[in-house]
Amino acid sequence: MRHIISLQLENESGALSRVAGLFSARGFNIESLTVAPTNDETLSRMTIVSVGDDDIIEQIIKQLDKLIDVVQVTNLTAAEHTERELVLVKIDVNPSSQAEIDKHIEEYAGKIVNVSENIYTVEMAGKSQKVSDFLASIDANKILEVSRTGVTGV
Amino acid sequence: MKLNGAQILVNCLQSEGVDHIFGYPGGAVLHIYDALDACTAINHILVRHEQGAVHAADGYARVSGKCGVSLVTSGPGLTNAVTGIATAHMDSIPMVVISGQVSSTVIGNDAFQEVDAVGITRSCVKHNFLLTDVNDLANVVKKAFHIATTGRPGPVLIDITKDATIAEIEFSGYPETINMRSYQPEIKVEAGQIAKAVELLCHAKKPIIYSGGGSVIGNADKELIAFTRYTNFPITQTLMGLGAYPATDKQSLGMLGMHGTYEANMAMHDSDCIVAVGARFDDRITGNLERFCPYAKIIHIDIDPSSVGKTVGVDVAIIGQVNDALTALMKALEGKTLGNIDAWWQEIKEWRAVDSLAYQTKAGVIKPQSVIEALYEVTKGEAIVTSDVGQHQMWAAQYYPFDKPRRWINSGGLGTMGFGLPAAMGAKLAMPEKEVACVTGEGSIQMMLQELSTMLQYNTPVKIVNLNNGYLGMVRQWQEFFYDKRYAMSYMDALPDFVKLAESYGHLGIKVEKEVDLKPALIEAFKQKDRTVFLDILTDPTENVFPMIPSGAGHHEMLLAGRDEMASTNDEGLNLV
Repeated sequence: MRHIISLQLENESGALSRVAGLFSARGFNIESLTVAPTNDETLSRMTIVSVGDDDIIEQIIKQLDKLIDVVQVTNLTAAEHTERELVLVKIDVNPSSQAEIDKHIEEYAGKIVNVSENIYTVEMAGKSQKVSDFLASIDANKILEVSRTGVTGV
Repeated sequence: MKLNGAQILVNCLQSEGVDHIFGYPGGAVLHIYDALDACTAINHILVRHEQGAVHAADGYARVSGKCGVSLVTSGPGLTNAVTGIATAHMDSIPMVVISGQVSSTVIGNDAFQEVDAVGITRSCVKHNFLLTDVNDLANVVKKAFHIATTGRPGPVLIDITKDATIAEIEFSGYPETINMRSYQPEIKVEAGQIAKAVELLCHAKKPIIYSGGGSVIGNADKELIAFTRYTNFPITQTLMGLGAYPATDKQSLGMLGMHGTYEANMAMHDSDCIVAVGARFDDRITGNLERFCPYAKIIHIDIDPSSVGKTVGVDVAIIGQVNDALTALMKALEGKTLGNIDAWWQEIKEWRAVDSLAYQTKAGVIKPQSVIEALYEVTKGEAIVTSDVGQHQMWAAQYYPFDKPRRWINSGGLGTMGFGLPAAMGAKLAMPEKEVACVTGEGSIQMMLQELSTMLQYNTPVKIVNLNNGYLGMVRQWQEFFYDKRYAMSYMDALPDFVKLAESYGHLGIKVEKEVDLKPALIEAFKQKDRTVFLDILTDPTENVFPMIPSGAGHHEMLLAGRDEMASTNDEGLNLV
């Protein structure tokens, strides 16, 4: 099952590599990882999406908690939570496809943030599944570049 | 008072009560050595290889219960130390390793003797620090000792850049306390879990206590003995736990696991209630997880929550210090009635009668088991015994019953050949009044031989008991059993003359080739109070370690010496080591 694990950790050099190293050393799965400082500059918030059965997720949480730099670990999936992911996607647009692409962007509440010669840069945010659905709604041949942030949550 | 970083470091170490540092100098730590030289309170032991430094600090820590300290230079100094650090990490040994680093101005430039020390050691330390600012020094040292010695102990590395050791600041003293919001090692035992455990204990018909290294490291021997006596439960101990409960006591079933006794493993297999005390259900203990303790409810006491439920699911988890948990359990048991376990003891008595440690003697051949038995006799069971890794390690664990904790010093988790000799040196420095024996083999001893030189320099007389069978015995044993006797690279030709070798290092060497000479040689060796003696004992090259649970099998499927044909292991078993 997919779990979203949220960490507060000391905003120190090396903290990220400790977390990443733990996942690779113990063979834990990591789907996405986001990290940035919080309103308290000495702390970072990290959100990790991992897939595994309950025993594995329990081990992941315990091992994360054991890291000296980790202040708090929460399994967001275990309670009510909000998750969001943002995607930036470059789409090849020509007069014949424009109408349909505009329709999909509107349907998924995306936003065109840049338009250059035949290229849209679109921003869209939502649950990961919704981001995937949005990308799937666009003709794959028209997608030039995709950059997803990975999930963050509270 | 204005001091440079190196002087502040030495000052901090002194405040921590450090009396021995095991180390080796080099460019990046020259300032530290300069400051150390001016300090009379700390004895520095100059080893011959950095791995030896860390193993010696480790042996010192295991015997004394204090934090081991070692000091190495950057680059190769640090990489040489890594095996020692990983060894200490696997066995949860409190240790602070200080490594030099190139100056912060050149980090990342591939400078001379530069390696990414915190990167290399990340997965084999409890925590590590890269220290580049002299202003952080005292706090980091305080944190390092705090982390290394509290909770589940472990090694902490402080990597100090050379410029941080040179920079001068006004030093305001070593902090008395440290508060870390992200590290709260004190865990109070939960009363609810104690109550659940008591419920299981009272209904147990076939209980067993399975005690591990946590009982030794947590100094819980008194509580463990009290709890075991109070409950009248049988007790088995892991390789790391030996000595916390006296092995010669009637409730002791000996060691369990791959080379554990028949009674210990059968009792584990048939038990309906296991009390795991500071043990982590590692693969040497459990054998095949699917066949592990099929009937038992499991109560698991451990300081480290991540040890609980890692390999084996448990019914009641008691997180906290082992001694606190045992005390709480005993208190909660007051006034309660435990079930009658006479029938269980009767079953155990029958398993004991199998005498699984019996071995065949052969005229004209020295059996390795008999060497350990003779060592036990000559030292009256009172010595500190260190070991290397392999067959000799198992025989020492099986045939030298330890009645006190911190007397059996071995690399159980990482299985590091080369550990025994430097660890014996550290042990002797920790307890100069005790006899120290290093049980080793001709393979292991050659991995850290150079420390014989250190042992002369610092006068640390230990008795080296070399079970010399010409083979990497444990490898040979597995090749005999599981690889159709194809002995690939397990025979060592061209061995040195160990007697001459010991003599060239200034020690005494004795070669023992006949059984009749064995005991007199041991007696003679231990008479030499002030000298390190190297006993090179030629033992039966074909002897194997029994009993044995082959990989992939369950506890009830163990093989006994001379009574079972070695069955070929299954495919799943071959994946294991």
